[in-house]
Amino acid sequence: MNKKSFSTNKVATRQGYGEGLVIAGEADEKVVVLCADLTESTRSILFKEKFPDRFIEIGVAEQALATIAAGMATYGKIPFISSYAAFSPGRNWEQIRTTIALNDVPVKIAGAHAGLTVGPDGATHQMLEDIALMRAMPNMVVMYPADAIEARKATVAAAKNGKPTYIRLAREKTPIITTEKTPFEIGKSHVLLNPSTRSADAQGRLEQSRKATSSGPHGDPQVAIIGAGPLLYEAVVAAKKLAESGIETVVINSHTIKPIDEQTIIKYAKITGAVVTVEEHQINGGLGGAVAEVLARNFPVPQEFVGMPDSFGESGDPDELLEKYHMKSADIIAAVKKVITRKNS
Amino acid sequence: MTRKLTNQELKEKANLIRLDIIKMLVEAGSGHSAGPLGMADIFTAFYFNLLKHDPKNPQWEERDRLILSNGHITPVRYVAMAHAGYFPISELKTLRKLGSRLQGHPERKRLPGVETTSGPLGSGLAQASGYAYAARMDGQKFRVYCICSDGEHDSGNHWEAVLFAGKNKLSNLTAIVDRNNIQIDGYTEEVMPLEPLRAKYEAFNWHVLHIDGHNLEEIIDAVNHAKAVFEKPTVIIAHTIPGKGVDYMENDPKWHGAVPGVSDMPGEPSKEKQTQIALHELRTLKGKIKSEHE
Repeated sequence: MNKKSFSTNKVATRQGYGEGLVIAGEADEKVVVLCADLTESTRSILFKEKFPDRFIEIGVAEQALATIAAGMATYGKIPFISSYAAFSPGRNWEQIRTTIALNDVPVKIAGAHAGLTVGPDGATHQMLEDIALMRAMPNMVVMYPADAIEARKATVAAAKNGKPTYIRLAREKTPIITTEKTPFEIGKSHVLLNPSTRSADAQGRLEQSRKATSSGPHGDPQVAIIGAGPLLYEAVVAAKKLAESGIETVVINSHTIKPIDEQTIIKYAKITGAVVTVEEHQINGGLGGAVAEVLARNFPVPQEFVGMPDSFGESGDPDELLEKYHMKSADIIAAVKKVITRKNS
Repeated sequence: MTRKLTNQELKEKANLIRLDIIKMLVEAGSGHSAGPLGMADIFTAFYFNLLKHDPKNPQWEERDRLILSNGHITPVRYVAMAHAGYFPISELKTLRKLGSRLQGHPERKRLPGVETTSGPLGSGLAQASGYAYAARMDGQKFRVYCICSDGEHDSGNHWEAVLFAGKNKLSNLTAIVDRNNIQIDGYTEEVMPLEPLRAKYEAFNWHVLHIDGHNLEEIIDAVNHAKAVFEKPTVIIAHTIPGKGVDYMENDPKWHGAVPGVSDMPGEPSKEKQTQIALHELRTLKGKIKSEHE
């Protein structure tokens, strides 16, 4: 695990979304994109430039954004609706529930600028409740890509899944931690880092890491770190530091939060006996909650939650905010040590 | 395709539909009375004269789309659909019961022929606008109709759609507003005044027609007139009497969300007599419901 290789290449997940829209649009002419006056910043502009006739400007009207798209999808289009997560699904949740999810039409909701790291804009724009809102909704698929490459893959996959789907995106440029070759399948999480392989495909060394599997014994992992979104970078950094001090962990990218990959969660809970979840979202109702629901029903183990502790954010630089609200690698390390203590007590 | 009924046949059909609305609501024991009775003539005109549709093939691609925004008046749609042959009339008895395709508010996935899931107000016109926009992209010839209530004009989502349809000149879209002047909390002009409604729509670049919503000729003429307006969407403001046909229900907000035979109401027939009186009045009115100007 080479820290340097992560920090050299940073791209925002919203950029991956924009690129994914173009690919999806080329593959299927039923794909249309609607945007609520945020065409540049949601990167929907990439689609607009390529397919101006299939781009629809809605204006600052997120309820219309959802419901007009619902009508288009009921007709037979595959609409992607782009806005900030604070407004969509923040403002139009009931419209999404009734006209998209209950109606069961394939509208793809892209919530950009989600999370604390929208930074200086402050609490109004720091959407930290959207996973809870969306994962409670029947028929809805919820995805939270780890980096721009994965966001592109998630967008392309969403265009084909035939379901109401939410894709959570961030504003900040964040490290690329997957590769073009990293497998991506909706509902199937991906092990980013595993001590038994002692490598991650994050460095483009997937093949090497597979070979390394048989090359020698490593310590059994003591904790499964399950995360989603760009904070997975912090999780990998934490795992590497922990490994240096002799604590092995597995890092799992649960990019699909609904339907969540129960099998992988249970498998690693059984191997490690302890779980730490990591997300840039309220601890209440987020990925951690989804993991806890799986564990409680199948294989209860101690779990610690890294995320927003029932609080709104505030203006500040993204890194300052992550530090203040305890979502950095140091906080993940502390959570891992705490959960090991609980496991052993 | 169903045969277009004549004016006299439509009047008789509308009355049969009113009778079945009362029967199904009494059987269900809950629901809305005033809106469905008030819209019986308009739904009759659509299902038995205006719509291009095939009850035996609800997914027919060329069908006109009738999108109901104010889902709570769905009993009138269910009865009209049953009479048109979408499903057996006997199924009307299942309204609001466990396992029924006839949900209290309509769901697209449960009943073929229902175009959208609706109930929460203010979202239907936006769905209809999106539908019309998408259909126009593909050069489709069918028309999109949206039936909505006056009360839901309180909501922002509705006016967002009015803006969108006006901007995009969706002339394949016709909205019909059930202007019955009541909503749950009372009269619309007291709850949240909507007038001047015509001027509002005109200011949003819509073509506006006013009709008597109980005059079948006016309904049919207005909807056909809208087909010849090519530069704008059209809204038909249909003045209706809530509860039309049952004297004690007409124009009274308390019958918005109530059904006969369930509870006593001050100044009304006893709950034992409500159903009997309603059905009797409707039978004696057979084919005789008149608009105010007839």
